[in-house]
Parts: sequence; C-alpha cells; structure tokens
Amino acid sequence: MYSEKFQESLAAVEAAREKNIALEPTRMTAEQKDTVLSSFHPDYKTNEFSVLTIGPNKGDKVPKELAAMLQAHSRIKDAEIDLENPDYDTDVLVIGGGGAGASAAIEADEAGASVMIVTKLRIGDANTMMAEGGIQAADKPNDSPAIHFVDAFGGGHFAAKRELLSKLVCDAPEAIKWLSELGVEFDKEADGTMVTTHGGGTSRKRMHAAKDYSGAEIMRTLRDEVLNRNIPVVDFTAAIELILDEDGKAAGAVLMNMETKELLVAKAKTVIIATGGAGRMHYQGFPTSNHYGATADGLVLGYRAGAKLLYAETLQYHPTGVAFPEQIFGALVTEKVRSLGAKLVNKNGEVFMHPLETRDVTAATIIRECSERGNGIDTGNGEGIWLDTPMIEKIGGEGTIMKRIPAMWRMFDKYGIDIRKEPILIYPTLHYQNGGLDITADCMTTNVKNLFVAGEAVGGIHGKNRLMGNSLLDIIVFGRSAGQNAAKAAKDTTVGKLTLDHVTAFENEITEAGIETELVSPKLLPNYTNQKSI
Amino acid sequence: MEKMVNIFLFGKKYSVPENLAIMTAMEYAGYQLVRGCGCRNGFCGACATIYRIKGDRELHACLACQTKVEDNMYIATLPFFPLVKQVYDMEKIPVNETVMMQLYPEIYACIGSNACTKACTQGLNVMQYIAYAQRGDFEKCAEESFDCVMCGVCSSRCPAGISHPQVAMLARRINGKYLAPGCGHLEDRVKEIKNGDFNDLIEALMQKPIEEIKELYNNREIEK
Repeated sequence: MYSEKFQESLAAVEAAREKNIALEPTRMTAEQKDTVLSSFHPDYKTNEFSVLTIGPNKGDKVPKELAAMLQAHSRIKDAEIDLENPDYDTDVLVIGGGGAGASAAIEADEAGASVMIVTKLRIGDANTMMAEGGIQAADKPNDSPAIHFVDAFGGGHFAAKRELLSKLVCDAPEAIKWLSELGVEFDKEADGTMVTTHGGGTSRKRMHAAKDYSGAEIMRTLRDEVLNRNIPVVDFTAAIELILDEDGKAAGAVLMNMETKELLVAKAKTVIIATGGAGRMHYQGFPTSNHYGATADGLVLGYRAGAKLLYAETLQYHPTGVAFPEQIFGALVTEKVRSLGAKLVNKNGEVFMHPLETRDVTAATIIRECSERGNGIDTGNGEGIWLDTPMIEKIGGEGTIMKRIPAMWRMFDKYGIDIRKEPILIYPTLHYQNGGLDITADCMTTNVKNLFVAGEAVGGIHGKNRLMGNSLLDIIVFGRSAGQNAAKAAKDTTVGKLTLDHVTAFENEITEAGIETELVSPKLLPNYTNQKSI
Repeated sequence: MEKMVNIFLFGKKYSVPENLAIMTAMEYAGYQLVRGCGCRNGFCGACATIYRIKGDRELHACLACQTKVEDNMYIATLPFFPLVKQVYDMEKIPVNETVMMQLYPEIYACIGSNACTKACTQGLNVMQYIAYAQRGDFEKCAEESFDCVMCGVCSSRCPAGISHPQVAMLARRINGKYLAPGCGHLEDRVKEIKNGDFNDLIEALMQKPIEEIKELYNNREIEK
C-alpha cells in the first residue's frame, strides 16, 4: 500500500501498463552507452577516488574509502605474534566461507589435501547466499561458450583478461553439472530441460535459476557438503594478516577471534583468499545489497603481502536496489524481475529505456532519469523509479511471481506491498566489486607464490562490469579451480621459516610516504552503532 | 521529529524510532553486532529473534532484519541454535524413507504440536514438510521447504527435538540429485566441451583484435 503522495504517479503507471507491455524499447548504441556512463555512472566521478601512494599499485586510482583501508595500519605488531607454535597447521587454508571458499574447500578435500576454512562470521554469511537471479552457462543448443564469451567481454568493456574469461565460459556447463550432482535444485521443465532466461546484456537465454533463491540454494548445498566432509570450519574468526615464509611464499594467516579478540596463527602450505566483496564500504555513500561482512578484507590482506590489484577502481551499482520502503533501502531486487518482463517506468508512466541493458548502463540511465531529467519519484528518502512488477503476471500468467520470484514477493509483502498488483520503487545500490587481486588462470596471484584467490576478491575475470549470473558462475568455476590447484601446489611445497616482515615493511612505507592515519585494516565489519544504518 | 517507540532488548528498555527494523534498532541503541547479523536481507537466517508484545500471551518469532519494531516489544535474539546435522555421503545414501529413519529418526516422534509451523519466520508449513519427509516424499518436502533460511526457530519450539531445517536440507539434496529429471542438453554440452568442439572458436576469440570483437559484440543477434 502506497500513501497518498504516490497515487498520482501510480495512476499514470497503471494507465500506461498495457501500452508499455506491448512496447519493445530500442537498445542503446555503443555511443549512447558511453555518453550516459561517462556522465552519470559513479565510477566516473573523479573526486570520489584517491591515488595510492604506496604498495604494489602505487600511482593507481581506487575509491577513496578503499585507499584509506589499503594504506591503513596493521591490526597487529610483529612482536606480539608467536609464529613458532601455530595453533593450526594445514595443507590448504581457505579464508572466507562463501560460495568460492566452500567450493575451494570441497575440491581441495577431494584432492586429498588437509583443508580448513576460517570465516569471520558463519559459513554461508556471504554474498553468495543473497544472489537471487541465477547462474549463466551456455548449455542450450542455440548457445555456445564462444557466444557467452562475447557477451561477457563486451559487457565488461573489453577489459577482461581473456584467459580468465575463457575459463569461466568453458567450465560453466561442468559447474552446473557439478552443482546438480551435489543436489542443487535448478528450475527445470518436466523433461529435464533447464528453464533459462535473459539477463542484462546476454544474447542468449542462459540464466539458470532456483526460483529467486539461486544463491541461497547453492550456498546451503555447498555448506552441507563441507560439513558432510568434516572439513574444519573455524567461524567468527577473521584473517587479519597473511603470513609469508622466508622465501616470500604465502604460508598462513594471523587470525582473530571476532568475539574474544584472541589472536591465533594458522600455518599452511597454500592459502586461498575467498573473502568476497566490498558493499559495506558504502562507496560514495551508496546503500548496498551486500551482506554484513563485505568490507574488502581480502584486497587489504593481499595488498599488504605484495599482491597486485586489477580494476579496483570499478564497482558495480545494481540498477534495482529497493528505494522504498526505507526498512529495506538498498536491498537487492533481482534482475530476474526484468528478465520476466517488468519494465522500468518513470513518474509519468513512461518506459525510458530497454530494461535489459548491462547493469552499468542501466544504473547510469536510472540516475540520469532521476537527476538531469527530473523524472524520478520522491520516496521521502531520495528518488526512485518504478519497476512495474504487475507486468510479469500479465505476460507470464497469473501465479508467475509466486513460482519464479517468491522471495521478492515475500520481501515486499512484509511491508504491505503486493508486487503482483503494485509496482515497486527502485534506485541503484552498491552491489559488486568488479576489480580485485590479479591472478593467472590457475588462480594464483601474479606475484605472490602459493597465494590463490577465488570469487569476488579476484579482479579481471569480468573486466570493468559484470553480467548478471556470471558471479555465481565465477565463484564455482574459480573456487573449484583454486581448491584443486592449491591442493596440488601444497604437495610440492616445503614451508620455510614463517615471517611477518612484510607487515613491518609496509608500516615503514606508510611512515616514509608521510601518510598520517589512525585507521587500522582490514575493516572486518561496518560500524552502524548509534546511527541510522544505510 | 521521528516518532519513537519503547522496546526492551533482553529486558532493557530503549527508545528507538518506530520506522526501524529490530536489527537497526539494536544498532541505534548502540549494539555493535557480531553474531545475529548476516545478510541483513532475509536470506541467511542469522538473525532469528523471539519477541512478545507486553501484555500479550503469544510469543512471536521473526528475522530481526525483516521486522519493524513495535511499541512495548520484548526482544531476545537467537543467534545460534544447536541443530542436529548428521553427516552422510550423498553418493551412498538410500533414496527412500529409510534414509530418514537412519539419519533423523526423531521425525517419527513428531507429536503434531504444529509449534514449528507457528514459529516459522518464513511462514512455511513446517509440520507438513516433516510429514512428507516421514513418508519419503522428498519432492514434496523439498518444494514445501524451499524458502527455508535455516534460522532454527522451528527447532527451538519443537517438543520432539526435531532439527527441521536439516531434515529439509537432506530432502532437497536427494530431490535435486536423484529425483529431478536429468538434463540432456547439459550432459551433451559438457561432453562437447571435453571433446574440444569449441576450442577453435575460443582460440580465435583469444587472438582477435579488440576492434573486431567490438564489431562482433555491437552487431550480435539477440535471442527474443
């Protein structure tokens, strides 16, 4: 139920609905996309970025909030840590308990390595759990990995590392098969054919889903498998610094119990960073669709140990975050809502763009509609655009919403909005870290031996923008690969004397560069106390 | 000025704006959450919470991130509940009701209190899906339990000591792995890729100059 002030605009949306359903909006040309991006996408706001003055990416621009964390002090001082008597000793140490970490742990275990997961919250408290729309794989007869490659490469502005992207698309069908065999329930026709839809920027319908709980269904299944294999999961324990050995190889991590603050040492032959994204950094003051722990920790850990970042200056703002009601401000409204036929409509009831342009283009166009063009709807907490969900029931038939996107229905129903009958208000929300640590196709960082990375902490798989459904895919493909390769590398690794000299050296760099900061990093959790959270 | 309401966090009174969810109200009051906070979006089940409105007999269960505060709300979070999670090998389990008898025999001790269903933070018919599990009807159990976020409130209220979310997890995995129809086009594509059928196409893309790929991308045919 919307209050009086929305009624006039709502009436315009309803009046135009039939006409808007029939409308086939044109897609933008490459030039039109470039124009709207450079004028309205947050990545192009130069005053929101800082240049790094120390570390492997010295001279590069990153969001200023990230720069502050990358150039902050360590949470530890070398002398306090007893590296001689580690609390844990394992072949493969996985940092992070999301989809990438769980996949990596399962494969490392399968390869016969001893493996453990440390995670600062619980296993499954991760963006994977919140991914709604689906996972891409080119497994239909009219599709191919090559077509998938072109879609993703173009969507990412031709900036992806091709060896990573080709691995992503070629291993995709196998990833779906692996998940199915673990028991993930994909939406299928009676004959077993996968129910697939478009995502923004796809040229074939290759989005596989489990209703709109796709990530949750994958995550809970992976978690169950980790537990069935008796893989140790040390929860509420954050990695706060990587440990290297005297040869500079990654060889473990300093851990901190999130509740007691006790420090522990984990020694390992190989380390996998699977720490996920950065939405809780709230770049440029945006709300986020991310889980509570998404604070770019892995980037900080890797950077201090000497690993390079790639495309850390590019973030993804999901076009459809909740703009109203304010209790769920910034929460994700899955792209699948648009895949199923809902269009974006301005306050006058006009469809102003094709609903399935890539995410960066769609987000920028929504921002333009609300700012320069003045066609947004005042929500009382900023501006928003209508996403006309009742179109879905008209196009797909009554019951489509409950069958295909029940979580969306539930989320709004709690606040008295029935998305089958009323449209919803959306605005872009900080969603995904396109950039991250630079790796080669075996998932090892380009310059720190035995340090592997998987999932959202990787940079370069997608280029400078990611398509819907390619992130659930990359956590599985690269998670599995990281686990396999880390297990293999562990077999041939002899760990030398452990050291935290790199932490001391980084502190010296901070001093020498004249950086004055009282901040420590990694951030671990956002601080929302005594204020209204965003 | 925003309207304030009184809530009681673990019995202690705080005044908070009425438009906040329980989770954000706790933060407003000064709590730095570590436990009991995960996705903040209703998917992870970390923030199971029990509350009672003063003067009311009924206990309610909810997710703290998805529920607005009310005046005179007595709130206790349930950030962890000791569910029983049996370990099993998906490749070796029997695909019939004997698997439940072996792993979760307590489901047959259900006394029909329906306390689980009443407590479910997702509004699921929990007792019904347990009944399906008892009968070995895993497909129906999977469907009925699909929206479960495994918060554990159902189990906290169960007089028979059943760990409902774990029972449903097993049923869904059995359904996904063994009972759902196999997918021919997926099997075919995996074989084609293993066979190297796409190697030439991919190799060509690896070498192609950016301008040519741009041309390909900007003029590609998009399936209706």
